[in-house]
Amino acid sequence: MNTVLEVRDLHTRFYTRKGVVHAVDGASFSVDEGQVLGIVGESGAGKSITGFSIIRLIDPPGRIVSGEIHLRDRDNDIVDVMALNRNELRNIRGHLAAMIFQDPQTSLNPVLSIRRQLYETLFYHHPGMTRNQLRQRSLEALKQVGMPAPAERLNAFPHQLSGGMKQRVVIAMALLNNPRLLIADEPTTALDATIQAQILLLMKRLCSDYGSSLILITHDIGVVAQICDHVAVMYGGRIVEYGAKKDVLFHPLHPYTRGLIQCLPKLDESSPRLTQIKGVMPSLLNLPKGCHFRTRCPQAGPDCAVYPKERTVKGRRVSCHRLG
Amino acid sequence: MKIASSETLQEFMEDKLAVAGAVLLLAAVVLAACPAMVATQNPYDLAVLDLEDSYQPPSKDFLLGTDDQGRDVFSAVLYGLRISLVVGFVSTFFSSLIGLVAGLLAGYGGKWLDKIIMRFADIQLSLPVFLVALVIMAIWGQGLIKIIVAITICNWVYYARTVRGIVLSEKNMDYVQAAEAGGQHPLMIMFSEIAPNIMAPVIVIATVRIANAILLEATLSFLGVGVPITRPSLGSLISNGYEVLFSGYWWMSVFPGLVLMAVVLAINLMGDRLRDVLNPRLKR
Repeated sequence: MNTVLEVRDLHTRFYTRKGVVHAVDGASFSVDEGQVLGIVGESGAGKSITGFSIIRLIDPPGRIVSGEIHLRDRDNDIVDVMALNRNELRNIRGHLAAMIFQDPQTSLNPVLSIRRQLYETLFYHHPGMTRNQLRQRSLEALKQVGMPAPAERLNAFPHQLSGGMKQRVVIAMALLNNPRLLIADEPTTALDATIQAQILLLMKRLCSDYGSSLILITHDIGVVAQICDHVAVMYGGRIVEYGAKKDVLFHPLHPYTRGLIQCLPKLDESSPRLTQIKGVMPSLLNLPKGCHFRTRCPQAGPDCAVYPKERTVKGRRVSCHRLG
Repeated sequence: MKIASSETLQEFMEDKLAVAGAVLLLAAVVLAACPAMVATQNPYDLAVLDLEDSYQPPSKDFLLGTDDQGRDVFSAVLYGLRISLVVGFVSTFFSSLIGLVAGLLAGYGGKWLDKIIMRFADIQLSLPVFLVALVIMAIWGQGLIKIIVAITICNWVYYARTVRGIVLSEKNMDYVQAAEAGGQHPLMIMFSEIAPNIMAPVIVIATVRIANAILLEATLSFLGVGVPITRPSLGSLISNGYEVLFSGYWWMSVFPGLVLMAVVLAINLMGDRLRDVLNPRLKR
């Protein structure tokens, strides 16, 4: 199987007045063709920044300090994303790698019709397309995301659609150019629970239909369980555990992963309270020395003052001293 | 664009004062567009003027009296209104256009472009608008085109500052980031994504600034640096009558003045309502 995306030792930092924020601190992961990678973690763990870094959509004061990002294009050539200039980068964005944002209420332009937004996305990367072709392709994309009466919806404005419908439009827009990689940043967080599953399954199905790979950024480990093939758990800007879903979710090794899973409400148990991970994630500005999780970790000891080396254990990469 | 929707129109119509303003403005525009329809003479054609008729008070023959050259004030006001409205609308069009582009470039274009444009705007704003226009006209001389250019130069800053402010908040919106993630060119994002979102406030400022532009032209013409006296605008008509105002010939400047006031009032009434109707922050 071909690797579509390979990220190695990615460091993204924000140079703020209060100090340097290591938003992504040496992340390495890869996504194979047609596979779904889930990046999980709490707010502020650096998940979204990791996603944005892949297409280098980091605005000052942020900067990708170092790292390698390799993306496979349609001819199966490897593109070195870090070496691209601005123009080449724009050709990649929305074409080889597309993004889906969290809130469909705000990620569609409120004053432009659905038609214009779809056409613009399409036309930008295919300047030769005729009006008729644009229309055909847009209708096709709307049909694929299960939009009822797509021809009428073309004339609609975002405020005339419901949240779920809007997110469908956003997904259609992302898939218009048939990207090799789709980066979805919390695509279902702003939606009703009933719509969430629909949208997730839709994305999974479309990605396999199109042969696109998917990176799903989420704080919801339940979402990961539903559709991901691989999982990367992030904490404090670092990936603490990374491996196949069935390994990581069913036999978690890192105490943080274990904590996240225990936080899920269980239907079969009559436990009166939900378990929680005590405390909040420390600010990325003043992370504890050594293991970032040690201030909240139930198993922390004095040796945790040194950041644990990443080890490959039972088919996954994990950074923890307490692996027995 | 969702600006001229029927809902917006309906909401606008609810304010009777604004509707009255719109009707008044429309009448003024129609009269100014073809003054020959109702004017009794062409006030610029010296051949039809008769000095015997000079300083006539309002009467059946001369509805609003005549001036020192025997020119019918009613006809002169209609022709003068045309000049005033042309100056107002054309200069507003160009200043809003320049202000929109400058504001977009400053707000979205980035650090040093922003600094250059906004410092320039600040310097200009620190000087009184009227003084800037006066200096330009004094150096450059009279002329219709020249006064339009001068007023455009004076007014673009207001648009630029407002537009920049909105762009700064607008560019952090998800749809802009989505467009960036879609690989769109910055110019395309500015003009095809952000610009439609800020048209409403620009239209609102424009309606308010039209009135200012007309007044500025009238003031400059009153001071004798505006349009040449051979093609009088409302301002130069007022100025012309002002010389003899206290000799009892009040009609020469009072009537052009009343018309000027009515037009400015009509535009302001409309502008206020438009601001309420088009402001998205007051809705939803």
